[in-house]
Amino acid sequence: MFEYYLSLFVKAVFVENMALAFFLGMCTFLAVSKKVQTAIGLGVAVVVVQTITVPVNNLIYTYLLADGALAWAGFPEADLSFLGLLSYIGVIAALVQILEMFLDRYVPALYNALGVFLPLITVNCAIMGGSLFMVERDYNFAESVVYGLGSGTGWALAIATLAGIREKLKYSDVPHGLRGLGITFITVGLMSLGFMSFSGIQL
Amino acid sequence: MSEVTAKSVVVSPIFENNPIALQILGICSALAVTSSLQVTLVMCIALTMVTAFSNLSIAAIRHHIPSSIRIIVQMIIIASLVIVVDQILKAYAYSISKQLSVFVGLIITNCIVMGRAEAFAMKNPPGLSFLDGIGNGLGYSVLLISVAVIRELFGAGKLFGIEILSLVNDGGWYVPNGLLLLPPSAFFIIGLLIWALRSWKPNQVEAKEYELAPQTTSMQEAH
Repeated sequence: MFEYYLSLFVKAVFVENMALAFFLGMCTFLAVSKKVQTAIGLGVAVVVVQTITVPVNNLIYTYLLADGALAWAGFPEADLSFLGLLSYIGVIAALVQILEMFLDRYVPALYNALGVFLPLITVNCAIMGGSLFMVERDYNFAESVVYGLGSGTGWALAIATLAGIREKLKYSDVPHGLRGLGITFITVGLMSLGFMSFSGIQL
Repeated sequence: MSEVTAKSVVVSPIFENNPIALQILGICSALAVTSSLQVTLVMCIALTMVTAFSNLSIAAIRHHIPSSIRIIVQMIIIASLVIVVDQILKAYAYSISKQLSVFVGLIITNCIVMGRAEAFAMKNPPGLSFLDGIGNGLGYSVLLISVAVIRELFGAGKLFGIEILSLVNDGGWYVPNGLLLLPPSAFFIIGLLIWALRSWKPNQVEAKEYELAPQTTSMQEAH
């Protein structure tokens, strides 16, 4: 049993890396990866939010939205799965807001460290993508906790690595038109090629 | 953009102020859906429609949205539009909707939609905002379609699934470049397209963060 979850975790971190295999959360990935310090801050925030939202959305899907899920309330024929997108984004936005208030009140140090990145996470496609993949693959509750943690960690790992590369890259003499965004794209392409070597690994 | 006219809001996002190449918006889907032209085209139409109509509706009620909850109001409008698009695709183009998998849903978090709603639709009348949405959708489509054409033509020798270059396997002459069908190739192609666009319009080149010290020349002079 433990091995199954470990395998799911490793798969979510490396083989199905959110950023480098599915290209989710790219906008923030490219925009906030100039310094290692801020990249790690954002990475931690994503891990926290992802680990909470994926299981919560799993519960909402299983008990409210899925086909026949409302049987406990006396509506065995109701199928609300078309409302999925609206509820997931609502849950994510609300949770990020709650987390922000909670951190502001009880852990001000972490709140200050995360700063503007916390609200930005609402529109990070990696978070939304995590919930959508969870529904598409029919994960149960325990699996969704592991998947949320794993995919968040994978994303954090990728952004920290890219920030490390970019910190060195800014001293190099890049052709004019390629400077900034262009060379970052090509760097990410090479990283993604590297991560492709993980594909097909079975634990 | 000094003057806001109907023509400028449609045309300028295509090359002058491209959402992907310059504003760094909406990159996620640009990479993942471009391996075949047909899927890309559907994605572009879906995104342009959502951007245009979300801009229209947000601009129409912009005086009534309290600024403290504007993000959530925008999110709900966008999410409802995306649900409509998703249902239409499931009903009329089921196989394409399967191939796009989660990426239709991810239009909600596509920064182009959100970014234009926040930056343009909150400040301008509905008609102009609608056109701005179309313009940005077109800018996104131009870049995506060029990436998809390159990837499908040289990766599989086909366009829209119709063979253009006859492959070696079928007795033709073209050896397909398999790398182009793999996801990382999209990064290289977009990087190179940005390079091309910036060589054509040099004012988009980013400023240098560090000036290289003229070490080699001064050392030669010292000798």
